[in-house]
Amino acid sequence: MTLIDFYPIVPEIFVLVMASLILILAAADKCPSHGYVPAMLTLAGAAVLTVLFAGLGTDALVRGLFIADPMGDVLKLATYVAAMACFAYSRAYLREHGMLRGEYFALALFAVLGMMVMISAASLLTLYLGLELLSLSLYTLVALQRDSARASEAAMKYFILGALASGLLLYGMSLLYGATGSLELAAIAQALHGQSGNTMLLTFALVFIVAGIGFKLGVAPFHMWVPDVYQGAPTAVTLFIASAPKLAAFAIVMRMLVLGLPSLMADWQMMLAVMAVASLAIGNLAAIMQTNIKRMLAYSTISHMGFLLLGVLAASIAGFAAGMFYVISYVIMTLAGFGLILHLSSKDNEADTLDAFRGLNTTHPWLAALMAIVMLSMAGLPPFLGFYAKFFVLQALVGGGWITLAVVAVLFSLIGAYYYLRVIKLMYFDAPVEGVPQIAPSGDAAGLLSANGLAVLGLGILPQGLLTVCVVAVQASL
Amino acid sequence: MFESIGILSLTIWLPIVAGLLVLATGGKDGASGGVDGQRTLALLGAALGFIVSLPLWTGFDSTTAAMQFVEYADWIPLFNVHYALGVDGISMPFVVLNSFITVLVVLAGWAVIKTKVAQYMAAFLIQSGLINGVFASLDGVLFYVFFEAMLIPLYLIIGIWGGPNRVYAAIKFFLYTLLGSLLMLVAMLYLFFVSGGSFDILVWHKVPLAMGAQMLLFVAFFFAFAVKVPMWPVHTWLPDAHVEAPTGGSVVLAAITLKVGAYGFLRFTLPILPDASHELSWLIITLSLIAVVYIGLVALVQTDMKKLIAYSSIAHMGFVTLGFFMFNSWGVEGGLVQMISHGFISGALFLCIGVLYDRMHSRNIADYGGVANTMPRFAALFMFFAMANAGLPATSGFVGEFMVILGAIQVNFWYAFLAALTLIFGAAYTLWMYKRVVFGPVANDRVAALTDIDAREFLILATLAVCVLAMGVYPFPVTEVMHVSVSNLLEHVAHSKLLP
Repeated sequence: MTLIDFYPIVPEIFVLVMASLILILAAADKCPSHGYVPAMLTLAGAAVLTVLFAGLGTDALVRGLFIADPMGDVLKLATYVAAMACFAYSRAYLREHGMLRGEYFALALFAVLGMMVMISAASLLTLYLGLELLSLSLYTLVALQRDSARASEAAMKYFILGALASGLLLYGMSLLYGATGSLELAAIAQALHGQSGNTMLLTFALVFIVAGIGFKLGVAPFHMWVPDVYQGAPTAVTLFIASAPKLAAFAIVMRMLVLGLPSLMADWQMMLAVMAVASLAIGNLAAIMQTNIKRMLAYSTISHMGFLLLGVLAASIAGFAAGMFYVISYVIMTLAGFGLILHLSSKDNEADTLDAFRGLNTTHPWLAALMAIVMLSMAGLPPFLGFYAKFFVLQALVGGGWITLAVVAVLFSLIGAYYYLRVIKLMYFDAPVEGVPQIAPSGDAAGLLSANGLAVLGLGILPQGLLTVCVVAVQASL
Repeated sequence: MFESIGILSLTIWLPIVAGLLVLATGGKDGASGGVDGQRTLALLGAALGFIVSLPLWTGFDSTTAAMQFVEYADWIPLFNVHYALGVDGISMPFVVLNSFITVLVVLAGWAVIKTKVAQYMAAFLIQSGLINGVFASLDGVLFYVFFEAMLIPLYLIIGIWGGPNRVYAAIKFFLYTLLGSLLMLVAMLYLFFVSGGSFDILVWHKVPLAMGAQMLLFVAFFFAFAVKVPMWPVHTWLPDAHVEAPTGGSVVLAAITLKVGAYGFLRFTLPILPDASHELSWLIITLSLIAVVYIGLVALVQTDMKKLIAYSSIAHMGFVTLGFFMFNSWGVEGGLVQMISHGFISGALFLCIGVLYDRMHSRNIADYGGVANTMPRFAALFMFFAMANAGLPATSGFVGEFMVILGAIQVNFWYAFLAALTLIFGAAYTLWMYKRVVFGPVANDRVAALTDIDAREFLILATLAVCVLAMGVYPFPVTEVMHVSVSNLLEHVAHSKLLP
């Protein structure tokens, strides 16, 4: 065992050390800038280390536990960037709500570490450890605003349902272990390959595993927690929950189903198809009725995750790459969307109702334009990024012969277009409401926010770069 | 080929860039000092856009059906998507027409639009570029991007500057047209795989397809284009959108946007799915004739001028689709001429109604009467456009309708007979409206206080009148441009593409 064996996990070790340091310093109240700058530097450092150590080292130490591959590297880099954007957008909000403390950043970094482990998990054990590290950090983050009854309720709900889902996942994993005698995904795939085995037991295991993953992704019918948590959590935390963890959730779908259980593909394809259609239906229909924009975006997330599953179930390189492109696009759009809500919120005035957006074009045309870009993109209209995300998924679906699913998917995106258009209607067609306190932009990341919004347009006009990254990464990793 | 690179790109991107510039200079409302600058900049952008589109007309080679002014570049090479532009005799006139109408629209909104001027002008300029993109695209994905993106500015135009019921109209317009295009997207993806991985529209023209697949694809494309045209019974968004839209919006909607749907039939449905087109032509013909006859009657009973012209548009577009599915050159060329002519006439009529509305803030026919006494110059021009709308010989309205009827009579006498009824209905609803609004004694004090059109309004309407008259008296330059392309298309459509 030499030093080189540790190379693949250097970024993880670095984040762990830094997060612990921030936690200790925060406990002593000695953390510079309340942990903001150290946390940003940690993420930047992790990004540098991930790039430097990409493809280096041996599998010796981590064989069977940990995968270092291009797909993982890309997803990790996206995670760092998403987390950095979250911190930048949240800072002013946290300060005004008295949450700008080292604990927030330490917990968020632990969550990032959990995501990194999930993304690189090669065995059921690491996968579960990463997932729990992420989940426990998130439960705590939701409850960070101690005196808010709503946040506490959301945290409680999240925790109980999350624990249940973890239990389901663990149960499925134990069945799988019983059937194959191994915890390593590659070995499981090997064991299942070509042998009929006890299909009953395997199907049972698969159902529990898919249910557990479905919960973590937030797809119907395991979506109940999503709207409550999104609405109840402080917006800064909602932003965090809604963005980066989806990258990790996509990764475990890929690791678990594609790497570990390819021989059960026909079974999980059907399950994913049902979940995807249910998510598109529930997400899009329920979003129409919402008056709270955080809740509306929560339902919108459910439908996006459904769309993402459509890409995965096409089960081709194009499909997986489309899924990866979708999840990265989704994160970029969500960051901009929630970032704008954060930017418009001030100490006494959460901009979380739809009414708060009335007449935004009259008062803040540029912010309204950014929000319009995000909404149109989420609705899947060209020339915005969200269109290509949907387009590539549909292409993979049609290529795999799933034409009916493709038609169902586009019909639901028509319904989805309605509530995104309604936000634009409020901002552009309506006059600001008298009596409702004026929105006062308070964030200090306006430049970054503009860049983020314009990226949704820019990457939409020239999607080739991001798409190539996804295709190459998926090709090299399978 | 090389020396022509850039003209089509210019017609697309110049207005869009100009629009963004106008947007960038637009400050808060009330800063009246900047408003004139924004208007001038917008007019400059629109005029430049028109000027750069002129070489398309002058440099056009009307002896070939091949695509001209072709531009070709990689866009998303992984999926074989290209930035491919080019025009033939079918699409070229619409690029020029659209660029021309944009200038008029900017002028028409000059003094009338008082809120968010920069955004108004920018929306029209950006929209103009996107529509040019629709007509010039030779790549399916590129076409789709422009086809959908052009909904966004129009949605905002109707919703921000429209009438009292504008929100309903804007959302209805958007969702209706989106429904149509989404199915087309799936159809395009299917064609991508059938054609061996190409999004090139011209490659799609040559792909053999089984009858069952052709039928399904036909339905998908039909929805996309029928909603845009609009054909009966998916036309109901149009009267709402027209009534609520500001004048400029109505003009663009009637003059250009509707043509996109009809153009789609010629570029996609007929050449890609010739067998299904023949097989299902009865459906299109029936729907077209219903539009001509039934919608003509509906127009007769309207009390709102804008709504009347909106229904008249649907009836006239019924003529266009009827002509296309006659599968002969009289019908198709007549349809195309009708599209261009309708662009001028409906645009002019909406501008006329806009002139009245700006002064009276009413579109109700009953609120008017005796306008000729107070606005003689306006009444004369309005009269001319009303006659053209009714299909008076020597106006462009006559040429297209006459050609389509000639085409129809070769196929079936009764098609021609029913279609010809429009000459009666068209005259009835247009001239009756004209009579009630313009003639008779001065109806009330507000009409008595009307002032005649000013130089700006006169310039806009007179320009259109010249176009209508020129095309009516001497349509040859227009038909000459499209003739070879249309013959080529018809020859292509005559050959079955069924799999052996």
